[in-house]
Amino acid sequence: MSQIANVSRRQFLKITGMGATGLVLGGLLPGFRPAWAKAGDAVSELNLFVSIGSDDLVHIICHRSEMGQGIRTGLPQVVADELMADWQKVQVVQGLANAEYGSQNTDGSRSVRRFYQIMREMGASARAMLEQAAANQWQVPLEEVQARDHQVWHQKSGRSLRFGELAEAAAGLTPPAKDQLKLKSPDDFNYIGKDVPIVDMPAILSGQTVFGQDVQLPDMLYASIERTPVVGANVKSVDNSAALKVKGVVDTFVMPEQSEPVLFKPLPGVAVLATNSWAAMQGRKQLRIEWTDSTHSQHDSDAYLDVLKGRVKQQGKVIRSIGDAYAGMMNAVDTFEAGYSVPYLIHAPMEPPAATAVFKDGTCEIWACTQTPQSTQQNVAGALGIEPDKVKVNVTLLGGGFGRKSKPDFSVEAAILAKQTGKPVKVSWSREDEIRHGYYHAAAAMHFAAGMDDTGRVVSWLQRTAFPSISWTFNGTSDEPSGSELDLGFGDLPFALDNLSCEVQKAEAHLRIGWVRSVSNIQHGFAIGSFVDELAHKLDRRPRELWLELLGSDRLVDPEPEGFKYGNYGESKAVFPIDTARIKGVLNLVADKAGVDKPTAKNEAWGLSVHRSFVSYVAVATKVRVDGNKVQVLEMHSAIDAGTVVNPDRVRSQMEGAMIFGLSLAMMGEISVKDGAVVQSNFHDYPLLRINQSPQIHSYIVESSQAPGGVGEPGVPPVAASLCNAIFRAGGKRIRDLPISKHMQV
Amino acid sequence: MMNFTLNGKVVSVDAEGDMPLLWALRDMLGMTGTKYGCGMALCGACTVHLDGQAVRACTLPMSLVQGKKVTTIEGLAVDASHPVQQAWKEHNVPQCGYCQSGQMMSAAALLAKHPNPDDNTIDEQMQGNICRCGTYPRIKAAIKTAAKLGGKS
Ligand code: FES
Ligand code: FES
Repeated sequence: MSQIANVSRRQFLKITGMGATGLVLGGLLPGFRPAWAKAGDAVSELNLFVSIGSDDLVHIICHRSEMGQGIRTGLPQVVADELMADWQKVQVVQGLANAEYGSQNTDGSRSVRRFYQIMREMGASARAMLEQAAANQWQVPLEEVQARDHQVWHQKSGRSLRFGELAEAAAGLTPPAKDQLKLKSPDDFNYIGKDVPIVDMPAILSGQTVFGQDVQLPDMLYASIERTPVVGANVKSVDNSAALKVKGVVDTFVMPEQSEPVLFKPLPGVAVLATNSWAAMQGRKQLRIEWTDSTHSQHDSDAYLDVLKGRVKQQGKVIRSIGDAYAGMMNAVDTFEAGYSVPYLIHAPMEPPAATAVFKDGTCEIWACTQTPQSTQQNVAGALGIEPDKVKVNVTLLGGGFGRKSKPDFSVEAAILAKQTGKPVKVSWSREDEIRHGYYHAAAAMHFAAGMDDTGRVVSWLQRTAFPSISWTFNGTSDEPSGSELDLGFGDLPFALDNLSCEVQKAEAHLRIGWVRSVSNIQHGFAIGSFVDELAHKLDRRPRELWLELLGSDRLVDPEPEGFKYGNYGESKAVFPIDTARIKGVLNLVADKAGVDKPTAKNEAWGLSVHRSFVSYVAVATKVRVDGNKVQVLEMHSAIDAGTVVNPDRVRSQMEGAMIFGLSLAMMGEISVKDGAVVQSNFHDYPLLRINQSPQIHSYIVESSQAPGGVGEPGVPPVAASLCNAIFRAGGKRIRDLPISKHMQV
Repeated sequence: MMNFTLNGKVVSVDAEGDMPLLWALRDMLGMTGTKYGCGMALCGACTVHLDGQAVRACTLPMSLVQGKKVTTIEGLAVDASHPVQQAWKEHNVPQCGYCQSGQMMSAAALLAKHPNPDDNTIDEQMQGNICRCGTYPRIKAAIKTAAKLGGKS
């Protein structure tokens, strides 16, 4: 039954779409434009995010991209709560690219952090307008009316009006001033803090979801692009004769030449356009392409990482210091040092990037699984030489993002090809494309040293880091980590130390460098978390005890007076300080819940780590068994303090996902480069964690009324260290160079 | 022309014999519930049932589909009423949802063979399905719930 409805709906799209111009097709794909656009005057807009139909349905705009974090549920949940709406009568509408919404760039674990308050205000404002409309209609003082359960009530007379009955009048009123808004008391929340199931559940269960890869338009061409294997190379020549002979192939097109900075520009290459995906892929295999030389064609990731490891053994540029770390080391009774490294990594969202574009009469419409519709709009406009307001960007569901889909290069590819062919074009990246032509997590080397006095107290701390910078992607010149990357778990070291030196070393870029879930916190969380554990072992201390000692008294840490201009994830330091009490809080919570101090079976052990990132705090305890050279992860516990939480179930699911993401990268994650080209290509050589490797996972959320912090990323950084610490304590090797699979069997 | 039964209806597509079923379903029949993740039978995103067996549509050539019965996520059950779909809902399994068509199709096939699977059987039968979002603990729990709800419907 359901499948028949589905097929016929799609056929309906094909038939009706044929007669329409490409640019109105969006209205025919469900969820891609405001639902009221076709409902006509029956729906009234109360504000940018809230519209209400005479049928009582409340349409709430979600302006952020859904990639599995549950934001299409979480933000509307906040609006509906303040609005006093009935969740069963809420319809979530995906917002188009529109600067009026504020930033739509769904990365940096920011959606709830930045929009919790605004969404509350949007809901409260619409509620106030409905109440005012009812008071006007009844000719009673505003104080006597109250919204509740999708209606406005007049207690005295027992009268009530449904939201749908009030919407039109309410929409004609002036919204209340912000300082006049009455926000609900948290005690009265109906939805905030509740496990509301995700709004896309029914569509996911029945296969009706539309991801970027799923968009289909009438008369659409399918494109598969062979891109340069080495960054900086261009197409020198191409022989497309065999490709054009493949059945279904319509044409080929040489993508524009590029130069550095690489920005979000499409990579040079040759596109094969066909009537279906398979034909496009088959045709692409027949291309004969010669590439120009590139300055990066000598890049070899192993040799490069060795160079970085060498550099971090040398004194570098100091970015933060307390006292004199070098004198501190000289005066120390004992010292200890260790180096760590993390290779290049890639996002590997389950859905590789995909975008569909139509170009007609100087305007372009895009459908894409993008984390960043506004930057998609800007970049497409730039590439086509039209104004951004001539580009309409529809955001589909994202089959995972992890930062890959905040780079709009794939939408620009589709736009260029749509303009070139005059037809709708879908560019689908294959898994190989995704792994070989991404924006990589930077390979990184770090070096740590600690000096102890005769009581074993750590009196001096030295840490250095080197990795190619994301800034290079944008300027083509940066050759050392930038401040915004050092913010991520390096310059913000929260330890109480008499002497500290945080230093950076040079690292030139040879690949497109980008942000991957938790970004530089990955390497810094791994290195710091491992080094503390190594120190604890050396000093014969329990790891938790040493962590608590290093963190020192309950206090707010500000690295600024020590020379480090700390960005704090763009947040106010007053609202979101580095709070050592909260770090200790999650550490103690997880250690107690997991029972890390209890005896374990032979060859089994716990590992601990803790990390603050995206203004939230996460501690992880991991239990492993080591048999000979084989590692098995048995159990993981995580605790997060993210302040106020909107949907605890989605926070737990993010934490579960972060544990597994962290295990994947720690155990098996490695992108290597030979002769400037990425070696790996698919899941056989870039493996991801599978169900048989997945441990039991327990997640704890610290109850808090503090401002909401990030959730999507902060779970990742402590994972690798907690795992490697557990392996060592279970009798395995001390792993300082990820991934673990290079040293042990996983 | 290739003829086969898709979710109970006979369909025909003008596909080459070497075209994998995945692309015939997605591009020619508009059935996009079955997803692409790797194209090499490495991730399970494209899992469908061929005469009741779980198979990877990305590597299954149309020549082998001719005359057979194919079930996709869209046809697993009316109104998402299959025990697997019910259990998935109960445990709030999906994050992004992209892998979940394949996960549910694999789980349904697993339960048809093993109505009461233990952890090892689940690990064995489900390890071909990757979930990058990391929903494995919930998938495991949901399969056990689905088993209680009746295994195969
Ligand atoms: S797409 Fe078929 S197994 Fe991955
Ligand atoms: S839910 Fe996103 S890949 Fe499985």
